[in-house]
Amino acid sequence: MPTTAEQHQPDHQTEHQTDTVSAARQDARAQGGRTADAMPYVPASSSPYIPGGVPAEALTWAQTVAPGGYTHRVVARGTRIRLDDPTGDACAHLFLLRAGAPYERLNVADTVKVPWQAYLGAGHPLLSGDGRVLATVALDSSGRHDAFCGTSSELWNAAKYGDGRPEGPSPSGQSLFTVAAAHQGLTQRDLGPSISFFQGVRIGADGATDWTGSAGAGTAVELIAELPLIVLIANVPHPLDPREQYVVGPLRVHAWRSTPTGPGDPAFAASPERTRAYLNTIDDWESRA
Amino acid sequence: MTVLDWSHPLVPGAVTRDDRVAPRASWSAVVPAGQVLTIVDVGGNQSADCLIFDAADPAERYSVPDTITWQGNAYVRTGTVLRSNLGAPLMTVVGNELDRQDTIGGACSKASNTLRYGHHTAFHHACRENFLSEGAKHGLGARDLVSNLNWFMNVPVEADGSLGIVDGMSAPGKRVALRAERDVLVVVSNCPQMNNPCNAFDCTPLRMIVTVPAGPADDTVGTVGDPVGDTAGTDATTEYPTA
Repeated sequence: MPTTAEQHQPDHQTEHQTDTVSAARQDARAQGGRTADAMPYVPASSSPYIPGGVPAEALTWAQTVAPGGYTHRVVARGTRIRLDDPTGDACAHLFLLRAGAPYERLNVADTVKVPWQAYLGAGHPLLSGDGRVLATVALDSSGRHDAFCGTSSELWNAAKYGDGRPEGPSPSGQSLFTVAAAHQGLTQRDLGPSISFFQGVRIGADGATDWTGSAGAGTAVELIAELPLIVLIANVPHPLDPREQYVVGPLRVHAWRSTPTGPGDPAFAASPERTRAYLNTIDDWESRA
Repeated sequence: MTVLDWSHPLVPGAVTRDDRVAPRASWSAVVPAGQVLTIVDVGGNQSADCLIFDAADPAERYSVPDTITWQGNAYVRTGTVLRSNLGAPLMTVVGNELDRQDTIGGACSKASNTLRYGHHTAFHHACRENFLSEGAKHGLGARDLVSNLNWFMNVPVEADGSLGIVDGMSAPGKRVALRAERDVLVVVSNCPQMNNPCNAFDCTPLRMIVTVPAGPADDTVGTVGDPVGDTAGTDATTEYPTA
């Protein structure tokens, strides 16, 4: 069912009586308590989609991001963030900045170079340009991700779908990231290359980008925030998605209090480069505490 | 003893700028629209880390993923359009004497050196230092540093996703030529890295030559690979029009 960006349709079904302030207030308040396919769940414990094994009271963020929608959030170090792709058509474009010091942010080149691995998967550290781990991929049941192609630009979506504006029927990831960043007091200068989850890309021997698409409905990725983060997510089609229509499914986001990676965790000791990245992260965090 | 070949412009024409960049140093210049920047790998296998900004609005700047997506290929070759974070052309590779050039390996930094080689390398000079000091001359700072190009550096991606900097494919006097599609600010770090083969463990000079091309604007010269346009890649699944 989810195919195109969420559109706000006129409400022709409901009779509105709004000729006085009192009537308008009554009309507005009568709308409370309704639900939508895509919405934040406040409090987070009221989410109808709480991940198995997670106590409702531990949740700090729960939301369904619309197809063609975006979200932004500040999370504490140690927060575990779960992204669910219930239909197999979500594409979670992610950009991370350090909360309070956003000039430290996701560095995709270091994220693939330092672990000597281009393809994201469980255990992969998402590195900043300052030699620290912003987040760790703690769980991955999809295996179809991309650190090469970034997200779509307005020019790209205009060429592909005829429109890439954030308010249009086929918003680009770049335009949504720009708005999401602005909500956090950030501008285009604060946005660098992003990564995406749930739609895969592989690189051929000649360098060609090969879109491998989705692993199917019902996969999930979990991230651990290793520092306080500004999380920006745009849920838009992967730029190399070969389908002519703007196809993207809803994205579920749940986050809860957990523990950051430390000595004794497998990710911490996975390689000498990663061990030093976590040591740098902890060293910097503790000096500010 | 290191062989140096200072070479000459890859695209002939009136020379408007001709600079020699010392080993480990930084360089920047505005290249006006239509003019061509030739970068010479004077000593061979010397990585020239490169960022490109719109000269009038540096918030629009080189973007690795946009460049890769539009051409459907992770490697930079003759014909590659170097695109901005808005997807628009900044420069075009009109000449190139290597099989492929890198744009996925990023720049070295003191911080990443501590991850890659150990904390004893934290005080080695690095490209991020060069980008910060050269960028400061133009009012640019850490917010303006993004993933970059690495001329003359070799970063293969293997079938299982293994990726890394390996021995280079360049040689003294090898060149790449970039035509400015608008007025652009080009910032280069002559990479000081001595812990991996990106500079063949021997930092050497670069030569930067800007010419006003004598021939038609769409001519290509000294090419290895495919013709000009977003056709440097060969991905048949990417069939969108170029902008």
